[in-house]
Amino acid sequence: MAKLLMKGNEAIAEAAIRAGCRYFFGYPITPQNQIPEYMSKRMPQVGGTFLQAESEVSAINMVYGAAGAGARVMTSSSGPGISLKQEGISYLVGAQLPCVIVNIMRGGPGLGSIQPSQGDYYQATRGGGHGDYRIPVFAPSSVGEAVTLTQKAFDMADKYRSPVIVLGDGMIGQMMEPVDLPDSIEINNVDKPWAAVGWDGTRPRAIINSLYIDPSVLERHNIMLQEKFAQIESAEMDYGAELVDDADLVVVAYGTVARIARSAIRMARAEGIKAGMIRPITLWPFPSDPIAKAAETAKAFLTVEMSAGQMIDDVRLAVAGRKPVLFYGRTGGMVPAVRDVLHQIRIAAGAADPRNPLEEAI
Amino acid sequence: MEKRILIAGFGGQGVLLMGQLLSKAGMHEDMEVCWMPSYGPEMRGGEANCGVILADEPIGSPLVAEPDVAILMNRPSLDKFEPSITPGGVLLYNSSLIDVEPKRSDVKIYAVPCNDIAVKIGNARVANMVMLGAFNALTNLLPMDSLLDALRQTLGAGKERLIPINQQALTAGAESVA
Repeated sequence: MAKLLMKGNEAIAEAAIRAGCRYFFGYPITPQNQIPEYMSKRMPQVGGTFLQAESEVSAINMVYGAAGAGARVMTSSSGPGISLKQEGISYLVGAQLPCVIVNIMRGGPGLGSIQPSQGDYYQATRGGGHGDYRIPVFAPSSVGEAVTLTQKAFDMADKYRSPVIVLGDGMIGQMMEPVDLPDSIEINNVDKPWAAVGWDGTRPRAIINSLYIDPSVLERHNIMLQEKFAQIESAEMDYGAELVDDADLVVVAYGTVARIARSAIRMARAEGIKAGMIRPITLWPFPSDPIAKAAETAKAFLTVEMSAGQMIDDVRLAVAGRKPVLFYGRTGGMVPAVRDVLHQIRIAAGAADPRNPLEEAI
Repeated sequence: MEKRILIAGFGGQGVLLMGQLLSKAGMHEDMEVCWMPSYGPEMRGGEANCGVILADEPIGSPLVAEPDVAILMNRPSLDKFEPSITPGGVLLYNSSLIDVEPKRSDVKIYAVPCNDIAVKIGNARVANMVMLGAFNALTNLLPMDSLLDALRQTLGAGKERLIPINQQALTAGAESVA
């Protein structure tokens, strides 16, 4: 095991390769370009295929093809490119094809900016494309965690025959931190009898399809999918809790913002404010139960996001009106400063006057 | 201990590399490290900066908004980042390219004529390593050998020949603030 200093994007790519991913299809977009760049160098070394498609739409449909043949396959993009992929993602869900999709989020809407954002939370956690579906979403908050969650994503994709999203922001993609990359990980190669690998007459034909003309057949398909989603919800939720037990104020934040919040919480604690944090690691399934449990003892919640307020909906659903849920967010690629989050914590804890103007971040 | 370091200059000066070397050396010394670049539609000659955090506890925010140490390699960087330094912090500036005096009176200020020293050694491109040597001598955060190892690792076997001049630059930088 060698400790390496790696960029988040590169670490995600290497983690995918060590998890057995041998196919990568993508199209360039900042701030995730180091993923395809790295894949273009590494894939040939491990006998895999890197292909830069002519568009995001092509790339996601290449993923559909490789996944349909049973391969471990990944694509990556950022906001605008992920939007283009949505039709394909919906097809992947309908046809029950496992794959990993990385979204290194940038400011939106539209072409937006290339700076960090968490504005794609709704898109990621509500399915994103057309039809009734959800996709498991992992939200790493360090480069090391990006490695473990990428590897988990491949296993979960195969286990549930579903796309899985790794959702990072531009900072996770661009920052460098030490990572422990295992020389080889145990690859949980599951049997894929459904894969279309060429019919040899010994088994039923494998048909990869998301079209069901007969509504009653499609409804049965949907019921089966919903049962699968319920199973994922009951088994795969993951989160981190820090200093929650005695907390008057529980901050809810994910990804890099959770680290900014952690720094602010440390400072708040030093001032005598009992603040803690629940950090969703899976955004869907969302850690509703631990938040609901915290609502029994905490006096208030503060959701911090790099968005105009998206995850706060899930926090409110979990808190169910029992306690106030406050919000602080920055948009457009602006990153909340530690001192501004601290200011919000003071307000939420009743230790500061909310009429005080915010100090300008960064 | 947590040191938040900001390194800024123009693209091509090697400021991102300086940060990576500090981070790698810190990692080899078993510190918690985090390197975060500014990224954008930049080009050679444009603005470049990175934040480095060296700590002995897990690092919270990866951003270096209020640095303990600022290493500023050109005039626009001084104008932009001098006000952000934590009171009581340290400012190192490249006096070869910055012809004004910093204004802050609540930080320790060191002028390092990086380019002049580098030219004297024989290669203007090691100006960044001169500054790194000065920084390390002043802060004593890392053993010089760790920095050299990090550089060796980064350059790779093909560029081993560049090690001596970089080593000279580190030493000259350290001596310039002794």
